[in-house]
Amino acid sequence: MPTRRDFLLASAGLAAGTAAARAIAADSAMPAADSATLAALPGKQPLIQRAFRPPNFETPLADLVAPFTRNDTFFVRYHLAVIPRVDPHSWRLQLGGASAQRALSLSLQELESGFEHVSLAAVNQCSGNRRGLFSPRVPGVQWGSGAMGNARWTGVRLRDVLRRAGVAPDALEVVFNGADGPPLPETPDFVKSLPVDRALDESTLIAFEMNGEPLPHWNGAPARLIVPGWTGTYWMKHLTDIQLIPRAFDGYWMKSAYRVPTGAFPGARFASQENPETTPITEILVNSLITSPVNGASLKRGQRSELAGKAWDNGAGIEAVEVSVDGRKSWRAATLGRDLGRFAWREFHMPLDTSHAGPMTVAVRARSRDGARQPDTLTFNPSGYHDNIVQTVTVEVM
Amino acid sequence: MRESRIALAITAGVPAITTGVLAATAVALAVAMGVLALTAGARAQAGTSSASGASPAVEITELKDGPGRELTVGRCLICHSLEYIPANAPAMNRAAWQKTIDKMRQRFGAPITDDEAKQVLDYLAANYSGKS
Repeated sequence: MPTRRDFLLASAGLAAGTAAARAIAADSAMPAADSATLAALPGKQPLIQRAFRPPNFETPLADLVAPFTRNDTFFVRYHLAVIPRVDPHSWRLQLGGASAQRALSLSLQELESGFEHVSLAAVNQCSGNRRGLFSPRVPGVQWGSGAMGNARWTGVRLRDVLRRAGVAPDALEVVFNGADGPPLPETPDFVKSLPVDRALDESTLIAFEMNGEPLPHWNGAPARLIVPGWTGTYWMKHLTDIQLIPRAFDGYWMKSAYRVPTGAFPGARFASQENPETTPITEILVNSLITSPVNGASLKRGQRSELAGKAWDNGAGIEAVEVSVDGRKSWRAATLGRDLGRFAWREFHMPLDTSHAGPMTVAVRARSRDGARQPDTLTFNPSGYHDNIVQTVTVEVM
Repeated sequence: MRESRIALAITAGVPAITTGVLAATAVALAVAMGVLALTAGARAQAGTSSASGASPAVEITELKDGPGRELTVGRCLICHSLEYIPANAPAMNRAAWQKTIDKMRQRFGAPITDDEAKQVLDYLAANYSGKS
């Protein structure tokens, strides 16, 4: 449990400094008619400040160019404002629940030394990434395109840890809690569950390293859940407690939040949490991001210019990225970069023809190995999830 | 001073708060005071980060002037900073703000009385409604 002292220390970090945050102009990754400030949390580079408390900071487009997103530029997303700095020496992970055969309590050292280590590259994307680009606009953190990043996560398989506790045959869901919590005791704590099959998948990890370094505080130190292919809401930070249960977990953040209309989107089903109207968001939809050129850029006529970006999906893997410069009438395949793993994003690039002066709109669509392709139009949903429409930038050749 | 504005914003709401929500108010004040008490140490920390040219993140404490502003600031600031309000304005109208205030009170336990909720709604609908 976070102590008051822990919280004050965390708050002290947040209150740091009095310098005015720098204003930056809107770019293609930001909502229309929006401006935002770039500001740094302690230990982070300046990021787009969507909200200060609880902290929600977005990665600028320029920091999404590298194959792996740096720890100090990786986005930060919290629901509740009490965020203790967890002491890794006194931290313990508790396991139990009605469908666990025994209770466990593990120190970080026991977690790190007691199970096989696994590293994988995976995109962590917030469910609400690009919510600020929705039309019509919907309430929530008004994210542009930077509530995501790609990192190499190192930890242990969740299933190895669950099997140490013993998974009873009647286990239906696995419930996760972290050290962060609400300022008011009446506010529902951020607690999430996974179907037991997804929890036992070999790719689901309890990670303690990110890009070869200990997890940063703002990204879940000392240990967080990694659920490759599923949206960030399940990637519980500051993990403290895991419960195996024989029923559907009925907390607010499962029953009332992070839900989409039933049947509206493809992807894994979370059957025990589904009702006729709504179902939990689960897998990331196939998507892409153009990192260069930026929207509104001027390209010099006849000079070499390259289209570049990233494509990613639910872990099926990117099969192709196609590019159109003629209003989506014809498409050509871009060159794919190195395969960093099926849960990572895939870089793509293609030379742009700058021989003719005038405006040029470049459209990009990715296709997944499971056949899914980015759609032309948005499937509206009230919470503003799953914006994976074909990406465009318009540039001027002059 | 930015810090004193935070304190003023929170204490502004205090006289109207009834005994039933004193605990919540205490939490909010503890949050504010905790932040204030440690800013000296935090400044020292900021000194090291400014070496890299970073602008440290700070809490936004201003909302548009108008009837109900102090109450709105005092109640909302208990749980979250204020940029959530202008940032969401393009998605909001009176009905949407009503829904949000209901959610904050009923789901998240925000200590806001019926009468206060009406004043907060009037303020937000008048000042932060960008949706027709």
